[in-house]
Amino acid sequence: MRHDHVISAKQLSRADVEEVLDHASDIAADPAGYRDRHEGTLLGLLFFEPSTRTKMSFAAAIKRLGGDVVDMGPTEYSSVKKGESLADTVRVVEGYADALVLRHPSEGSSKMASEFVDVPLINAGDGAGQHPTQTLLDLYTIRENAGLDDITIGIMGDLKYGRTVHSLAYALSNFDTRQHFISPESLKLPRNVRYDLHEEGASIKEHTDLEAILPSLDVLYVTRIQRERFPDESEYREVAGEYQIDADTLEDASDDLTVMHPLPRVDEIAHDVDATSQATYFQQAHNGVPVRMALLDLLLEGSR
Amino acid sequence: MTDETKLRVSKIENGTVIDHVPGGQALHVLAIIGIDGSGGEEVSIGMNVPSDRLGRKDVVKVEDRELSQSEVDVLSLIAPAATINIVRDYDVVEKHRVSRPAEVVGVLTCPNHNCITTEAEPVESRFDVLDDGVRCVYCETIIREDIAAHIMV
Repeated sequence: MRHDHVISAKQLSRADVEEVLDHASDIAADPAGYRDRHEGTLLGLLFFEPSTRTKMSFAAAIKRLGGDVVDMGPTEYSSVKKGESLADTVRVVEGYADALVLRHPSEGSSKMASEFVDVPLINAGDGAGQHPTQTLLDLYTIRENAGLDDITIGIMGDLKYGRTVHSLAYALSNFDTRQHFISPESLKLPRNVRYDLHEEGASIKEHTDLEAILPSLDVLYVTRIQRERFPDESEYREVAGEYQIDADTLEDASDDLTVMHPLPRVDEIAHDVDATSQATYFQQAHNGVPVRMALLDLLLEGSR
Repeated sequence: MTDETKLRVSKIENGTVIDHVPGGQALHVLAIIGIDGSGGEEVSIGMNVPSDRLGRKDVVKVEDRELSQSEVDVLSLIAPAATINIVRDYDVVEKHRVSRPAEVVGVLTCPNHNCITTEAEPVESRFDVLDDGVRCVYCETIIREDIAAHIMV
């Protein structure tokens, strides 16, 4: 893979994706074989928004490769609090680390930050924009469970503000997939994502109801309705609570259905789904480590 | 240019004539080139004058002023058929059509309030030019309608 930075799923070709996923499979099969691969390497973590899975799995990934992290910590204890610009922060921190991982509430933040640094920068979520490493672990999970070609996938919930959806939909258009998008009218895919999918010639259909298409799905990807992205609380409350699934809902689905969720969930997947054979979201979260190890290994090797 | 237009908008001695602007867009053209009257520039405008090519067109004449490339780039977005005539000593010494650039830098404001370019960062706005609009290079927001409303003032 020849990229300096990983900013958007749009920059990843099918060959790039397959290279990362194949490498992740090798790593998952023999994690001990990669234990000292990046000894002495430091990964700079800059998280301007809360994160559990992304931040911890990046930390786990670099440590399992023999490296370590330098972490900016919460923004209230950093120079950001004093009004430092993002451009300045990343220019300072690139002097402390061999690669950077950035999560920031503004769309386009990683793209901009990457223009100010020479070390590889990975976008770990930019507002409602993109989250390409989540996409890689999602694709890995789909490949392990359903394969990546000739599949029907339903993506449900907050398609407007959900950055994992935007990255995933675009990446899936590189494969032979039929994509169904299920959401309330007010949370449909944004215009720019629809534009890209159209340009790619992706097969997409939009629905407001899951019921009719559920039996045809190989994968159901559920997302959280994100309160923090709504300009006002009343708009959030209007749609919150819709688009939930439970074990009863899944009785109409294929037994081989793969149910995914980028987590955290609120109440869009009931806890009784956890015990079904279709629930795959915890495995999906665990896949974050080998996939991020693979990505870091390829990026760090490429930047040497 | 018809005789009728000549009567309405007199010749200029030195400066720029922007012709074949879609009818009703002349004030946006002035906004693009940063003229609001306060700078004392001498400006003549013909609005909605008959045109064989456009049906109705606007004409903007500005004394003692030539356009920068970035102004021409943005002009091309709202007036793709415009012609720019450079006038010296009452004669047109240069005449060229606008062409759509691949991108426009530092002239449009991203309408997405959550875009990094709207914050206090040392970065200029940058838009790729699409067939039917423009797209922020940073947050990927697409503007199709009323591009002139997003010109930085």
